[in-house]
Parts: sequence; structure tokens; C-alpha cells
Amino acid sequence: MADKRLTLDEFIAGLSSGMTIGIGGWGSRRKPMAAVRAILRSDLTDLTVVSYGGPDVGLLCAAGKVAKAVYSFVTLDSIPTDPHFKAARQAGAIEAMEVDEGMFYLGLLAASQRVPFLPTRSGLGSDVLTVNPSLRTVRSPYDDGEELVAMPALRLDAAVVHVNRADAAGSGQILGPDPFFDELFLGAADRRFVTTERLVPTDELATGGPLQSLCISRLLTDGVIETPGGAHFTACVPDYGRDEGFQKEYVAAAGDPEAWAAFRERFLAVDEDGYQAATREAAEQRAAAKAAKEGA
Amino acid sequence: MSESTPTGVTRAEYCAVACAEVFRGDGEVMASAFGTAPALGARLARLTFAPDLVLTDGDAALVDGAPPLGAPPASLVLESHMPYRRVFDVVWSGRRDLIMMASQIDRTGNQNISAIGPWDRPKAQLVGVRGAPGNTVNHSTSYWVPNHSTRSFVEQVDVVSGVGYARAEAAGPSATRFHEIRYVVSNLGVFDFATPDHSMRLVSVHPGVSVNDVVAATGFALVLPDEVPETRVPTPEELELLRTVLDPRGLREREVPA
Repeated sequence: MADKRLTLDEFIAGLSSGMTIGIGGWGSRRKPMAAVRAILRSDLTDLTVVSYGGPDVGLLCAAGKVAKAVYSFVTLDSIPTDPHFKAARQAGAIEAMEVDEGMFYLGLLAASQRVPFLPTRSGLGSDVLTVNPSLRTVRSPYDDGEELVAMPALRLDAAVVHVNRADAAGSGQILGPDPFFDELFLGAADRRFVTTERLVPTDELATGGPLQSLCISRLLTDGVIETPGGAHFTACVPDYGRDEGFQKEYVAAAGDPEAWAAFRERFLAVDEDGYQAATREAAEQRAAAKAAKEGA
Repeated sequence: MSESTPTGVTRAEYCAVACAEVFRGDGEVMASAFGTAPALGARLARLTFAPDLVLTDGDAALVDGAPPLGAPPASLVLESHMPYRRVFDVVWSGRRDLIMMASQIDRTGNQNISAIGPWDRPKAQLVGVRGAPGNTVNHSTSYWVPNHSTRSFVEQVDVVSGVGYARAEAAGPSATRFHEIRYVVSNLGVFDFATPDHSMRLVSVHPGVSVNDVVAATGFALVLPDEVPETRVPTPEELELLRTVLDPRGLREREVPA
């Protein structure tokens, strides 16, 4: 079997400016954040980002990497919206293709199946069809004659998802309760990358969880990157939950240019090891501050 | 204006019972409910008059029974796997009944959770349309608005996320085929669209609220029946369930202060 192991730098070398990039996960859950941070450090720009959006979209907007976002929502789950995405939209800084969640799913599915569109009732009557004037409807060729939305394939130049375990050949295991649409992001993409909490020998995959957890086959992957803590600060159960304290710091810093510059300097202007060390230190500082407050 | 009635029932408890009524008559469908009063309403309905209702754990599973708000995951009895991809199978099959929230709602039942102001450069980008466009043309949808005001109840929403009656009719039979906006429940009253042109109608006011209060807080002309009843009083069983089983910490009172 091919050895598909890569470094984050090799992942970045596989991308180029102007690409359409799909990012797996959902909201602030199991996002390939180490890969997103690598994009932030790179000179990639002018990207179209396709995502069930969370802080991945916010951070890429804050760094000026995004020309266009394709999404149904951008949320931090425990905090309803992402401040950087909000700011980018409100400044008119990015093009927005906002569609229904189900339409988004069908767009990925159509791309995975190599068909130009899939029909759906979802979107009819809503402003999704008016704010996206390129969207078309299609009439059923059968006797019912129904007129449905023709959701176009969301073809991706590249996609990256984050999983709990993977082997060197690119089989991935998702141990959390929801695989989201990661399989379809990979299926829709020309270059397919999986980041993983831990690389394991192939025989440890099936012993590590039920067969249904082995939901990313190596048919869907070109590169595998081991990134422990690689979904931080989003949730990656059962390995770790969302770092709510850090997420709050992220949101608080976004509200003030000076605070954001300091946040960027401390957490984003460093490599992935530096990020992991800095966030551990930040967690210790929050714990110490909390203890001091409770002791006072 | 929200003092308790003589029986000591709070406004939040009327809201929870009004949300429960959304599910009356539902058989074996998946109940999804966003917000505290809707979450309590779905559970109340499941434990009383809608016993076949199927509740979710808010993550990726269906649960047996009706767990209290904030129940620890380990205490839940799971009955089925329901990841998001499968949720869409349920949405598109129609076997779902939903209460969503609305940043704006308008006279014919359009809902907005996407953006306020012009699309290219909104004054406020909100969370996004989420599943609202698909939900509303596939299964019964109701709305919960805990802050009824002329800012939330508007003549025409800025971005149609959830589809109302006039827009569904204009879009044609494929949009109206499974479309139903059942109720709107706010902190002031209950509303429906059972009028000839599907204009929003005041169904009941919560005790302590006058029809004039509702009219003053609404940014369009509501259809007002000659007699507007009060929202029904929770039964003793419902109050017991709310206060001692489903929400002993009183989260409902934080969402709708007394």
C-alpha cells in the first residue's frame, strides 16, 4: 500500500492561491484546525472556502485569505456567530454563497457522484434563490411535473478533514457520534487530505472502534498528516471536547484590534507545536486566574 | 406586565405549554425544538398528550422518554443513531415537527436568521439560513420568539430563510405541497395563519398581556378576532413535570423573565 504520510508543509505545497477548498467538520466540531492554521501561515490567498462553517471560516476571513465563502451557517455552537466572519460580511469584504444545509449536502453529493446537479425541494420560495441568482430550478421529466431546485455540484479543488485515527495508507476512523459530511467533502475534491489525532497501524483501526467508525476509506485520500490536537479549539470527541475557555478568548480578542494583534502574535504567528504549547499555557493561566478569583 | 396569575403560573410556564401545543396531534415524528420553552414544550407533549413523539439528544441520537434539560449524556437512553446526514432523510421524508427561533418574522410567516440589511453588505450578519429553507417546504414548522417587539415582528423580513405562505404560494405547488407554518409562540402570545390570505392572526394572549400590548409590539397589522382568549393554563400535571422533573433549575425563567 502507498505511504500517504505528509507534513503540514507538504500539505500546503499541494495547494495554490485561487483554489476552492472544502473544510470538513460542522460548526465548532472536529474542524481540521491544524491545517487551517497552516493555511493562515502560508502565502495562499484568494480562496473559495466551502464549509459547514465554524472558526475555520472566521480565522481565514480574519487573515484575508477568503475571496468567497460557500456555507449555510457560520457558528461557534456555544457562541451563535463567529466575529471575524460577521465583520468580513458586514464590510462587504467577501463574496457569499449562502445555501440551505440540505442543499449544501446535495451539492457535495452531486460532486462526489460526478453529476452536474441534484434536485431538491429545499430552497424553493426562499431568498437562497434570489441572493444566488446563478441557482436554477429543474422540471421533473415525469408526469408529476414538479419544479425543484437543481442544486449544482460543489466541486472542490482540495478538501481537508480531521479524524480521530488514520493509518499511513489513508484509511480514517471517526470515533465521535457524527461523521458529518467529511466523506462527501473528500469525494467532491481533486486533492484529498486527512489530518488525524493519531496515526496507527492498520490492524489497530478495527480494534479501536466499531466497523462503522471506519468511515473514510483510502479510496478517498491522497495525503495523511498526523496532527495531535489538530482540531483544537473545536471539539474532537472522544479525544477532547471543545476548549470553551479558549474559544471565549478568541471571540473576546476579535472585538479589539490590539487584542487581536496580541492573540495573533501569541497563537497564530507560531508553528503548530508552538500553537499547542501556547494554548496549553493559556489554559493553565485561565485555571490559575479562576483559582485566584475563587480564593479571593 | 408579566406578574404571575393567582395560581402562581409564570409567563415562562405559559410559553412552555403553548410550545407543547404545537405538537398536539403529532404521531410518530421527530420533534426538534430550539430554545428553552420549545425544548420544554416538546418534552411536555411527549410525556402527556403526544406519547409517540420522538425526541433527540441534541447531538447525534434519538432518545427514549423525555430527559430533563441538561441531563448528563450518560443518563440518556438512546434508541437510534441520528447523525446530521440522516437528519436530512427525516426532513425530506416529512416525518418531523420543528420549532425554530426567528430573529425576524413577518406577516405571512417568513422567518429570517440570515442577515439584517442589504445582502452585499449587511448591517448585521446573523448565523445564516441554516436548514430553514428546506425545513419549511418539507414539514410542519413553528417559531419561538422570546423577545416580541417591532424589531422581531416586521412587515417583511430582510432575508427569507424560513418560507412563509405568500412566498411558498408564489413559488408554486412544489413549494406548497408539504408547507405548513403551524404556530408562532412569543413571550406575549400565540399566533397562527388560519386566515383567508394566511396573514398572521392573534390566537391567544398570555395572562398578564393585553391585546393592545401585542399590537403595540408588532410591526404590522395583525388579524385580531373579536374575542381573544388567554393562553390555556397548564394542568397541575404539566406544572409538576415542568417544575420538578424537566426544569428543576428554572432555566425557563431566565429565557422569559417573570
